[in-house]
Amino acid sequence: MPDYSFIVRNASFLFDGLLLSLTLTLIGVIGGLAVGTALALVRLFTGVIGNYAVDAYVFVFRAIPLILVIFWFYFMVPLILGRPVGAWTSAIVAFTLFEGAYYSEILRAGLKSVRAGQLNAALAGGMSRAQALRYVIFPQAFAAMIPIFLTQAIILFQDTSLVFVVSLHDFLTATTIIANRDGRLIEAYAFACLVYYLICLAATAGVEKLKRTFAR
Amino acid sequence: MIEFKHVNKYYGANHVLRDVTMTVSRGEVVVVCGPSGSGKSTLIKCVNALEPYQDGHILVDGIDVGNKARSATHLRQRVGMVFQNFELYPHLSVIENICLAQRVVLKRHAEEARERARRLLDRVGLKDKEAAYPMNLSGGQQQRIAIARALALDPEIMLFDEPTSALDPEMINEVLDVMTALAADGMTMMVVTHEMGFARRVASRVVFMDMGEVVEDCSTEAFFSHPQSRSDRARLFLDKILSH
Amino acid sequence: MNYQWNWGLLLRAPYAGWLLTGLGWTVALSIAGWLIALPLGTTIGIARTSSSRWVLRLSGFYVSVFRNIPLLLQMFVWFFVVPELLPAKLGLWFKRDLPAPEFWTAVLALGFYTSGRLAELFRAGLQAVPRGQRMAADATGMNRAQALRYVVMPQALRIILPPLTSEFMSIVKNSSLALTIGVLELTAQSRQIENFTFHGFEAFGAATAFYVLVALVLNLVMVCLQRTLALPVAV
Repeated sequence: MPDYSFIVRNASFLFDGLLLSLTLTLIGVIGGLAVGTALALVRLFTGVIGNYAVDAYVFVFRAIPLILVIFWFYFMVPLILGRPVGAWTSAIVAFTLFEGAYYSEILRAGLKSVRAGQLNAALAGGMSRAQALRYVIFPQAFAAMIPIFLTQAIILFQDTSLVFVVSLHDFLTATTIIANRDGRLIEAYAFACLVYYLICLAATAGVEKLKRTFAR
Repeated sequence: MIEFKHVNKYYGANHVLRDVTMTVSRGEVVVVCGPSGSGKSTLIKCVNALEPYQDGHILVDGIDVGNKARSATHLRQRVGMVFQNFELYPHLSVIENICLAQRVVLKRHAEEARERARRLLDRVGLKDKEAAYPMNLSGGQQQRIAIARALALDPEIMLFDEPTSALDPEMINEVLDVMTALAADGMTMMVVTHEMGFARRVASRVVFMDMGEVVEDCSTEAFFSHPQSRSDRARLFLDKILSH
Repeated sequence: MNYQWNWGLLLRAPYAGWLLTGLGWTVALSIAGWLIALPLGTTIGIARTSSSRWVLRLSGFYVSVFRNIPLLLQMFVWFFVVPELLPAKLGLWFKRDLPAPEFWTAVLALGFYTSGRLAELFRAGLQAVPRGQRMAADATGMNRAQALRYVVMPQALRIILPPLTSEFMSIVKNSSLALTIGVLELTAQSRQIENFTFHGFEAFGAATAFYVLVALVLNLVMVCLQRTLALPVAV
């Protein structure tokens, strides 16, 4: 007989797990955006060498699995700081730098998506380069980027489950712990599937709605 | 050969074909003209069942197009179609474009299909282009190949949906010449076009449509030579497109 | 930072062997998963362009399930839950008699997860082919399957080739999740070497190098494929 009462009994433990997943997502988005913007600025202002360095950064981070990145920083951060820092700090570093690579690509594609004619039109209309960027290019690029940013955030939310490998208690890990403790694997995982499914579905629907708003 | 009997078509609340009734006989060339949105393209797409219609009947050689029980395949082998944007397959060479339907629909042998394709390429004046790809050809050449592709299935009827309106002006005549030759060979044709010169020279009848209705259906002679006896709408249309 | 470098240990037994078997499992997982994902994803992707409402709904639900649940959770479900739900005999065979059950479970998880992503890709590719192309095929009497096979799909494949390559790269990376159910693939092996030797830089560096190499090779393959399949364009 399926029995779901243990979920109610462990609600606060599960909720804390969900909170950790969401917090890590938020940090990943903000940190990733910061790193991505920094990378984009390096690309814009440092010439060929900076460009190659950023390309290499992005290529490597996009070529290797997130789990490996998590392992890398779980091992490296304490070594660099010279003291143990715990899984949380190294996970934050890993997610921030990993997401940074993806966000810098989104930024680049967004800026590229604005047709060259738009810049020319703005310059021809007597705007300075900075004004053209500020009033013509950025608003358009931004509209193109926002939905992709958010879609990436949904992927990131799913990816936070990977902190399982360094035993951080995110939602999936918390579910696994109580599933094993109460011997209720089927019900626990069914419940976790439902929670992830509904959250991601709702978020995706929100992004779609936003896309339609921007398209108008 | 083609009979329209009280054909009605709706897109939702939009009534795009209104009680169309007319007949196209064997060997006739009927030019269908009218302002954009008048339903002329929709009308000819109903003939080979590319567009469904809700009411009435279209008979091709006595067989009802709307009969769901019959597959459209047989009908479409007998009714060739040429599109405004050519719609050649960009991933296939010219000869493969002409052979594809012969192979997969008619199940012709490769050699037979190629033989037929080469004869048709010769007929449209593009014998040397069989190995070329569509994107390397001019619009006029592409449209002539599209005509060859449609002819490869030995159709008895040819439908043309604005065959020259996507072409640069200097290429229009090469396509019209091929169509004129086809008409001279006795092909039954329905042609949606604004080329009134072609209509005057080649058409046996002109049908003028507006807002989904057949407003005029008369001989070419009557349509062009006696504008005063035409409806206001047809006269207005003719004035607009003939004034320059 | 105080660190004793020792790249030589990677070439020593047993670590060199560990890395190579790890690489072997990674490649096997990726290819086997892809062999499930590609036919499944293509089929569902075609279903996503169907004109029948219930086919659309059903295939849409399939895609949303496999895309909205984290792969790691899907892997746990395949590993811990599915055998319990199978008929007793089959479940037992799955758990006891099937050689390398972790491997096959991971393959199923990767295959189905990736099929959902491929389905979306194929849907987008098929919809990107101009509508007139299908109409032209219809007008020459081809049936739906023929139009798809000879006219629409060849063009859609060319359109989606670059993202299709990056999906294969994703399955290679995602195969690392198999370590959570006990498949000792590349990432797991590098982790194990780090645990044994505390030489994380060398261990993770080797794994990173392998993944980067795979990505470089895939990029190369894609460029070659794109050149071969490119449609000739007027010069």
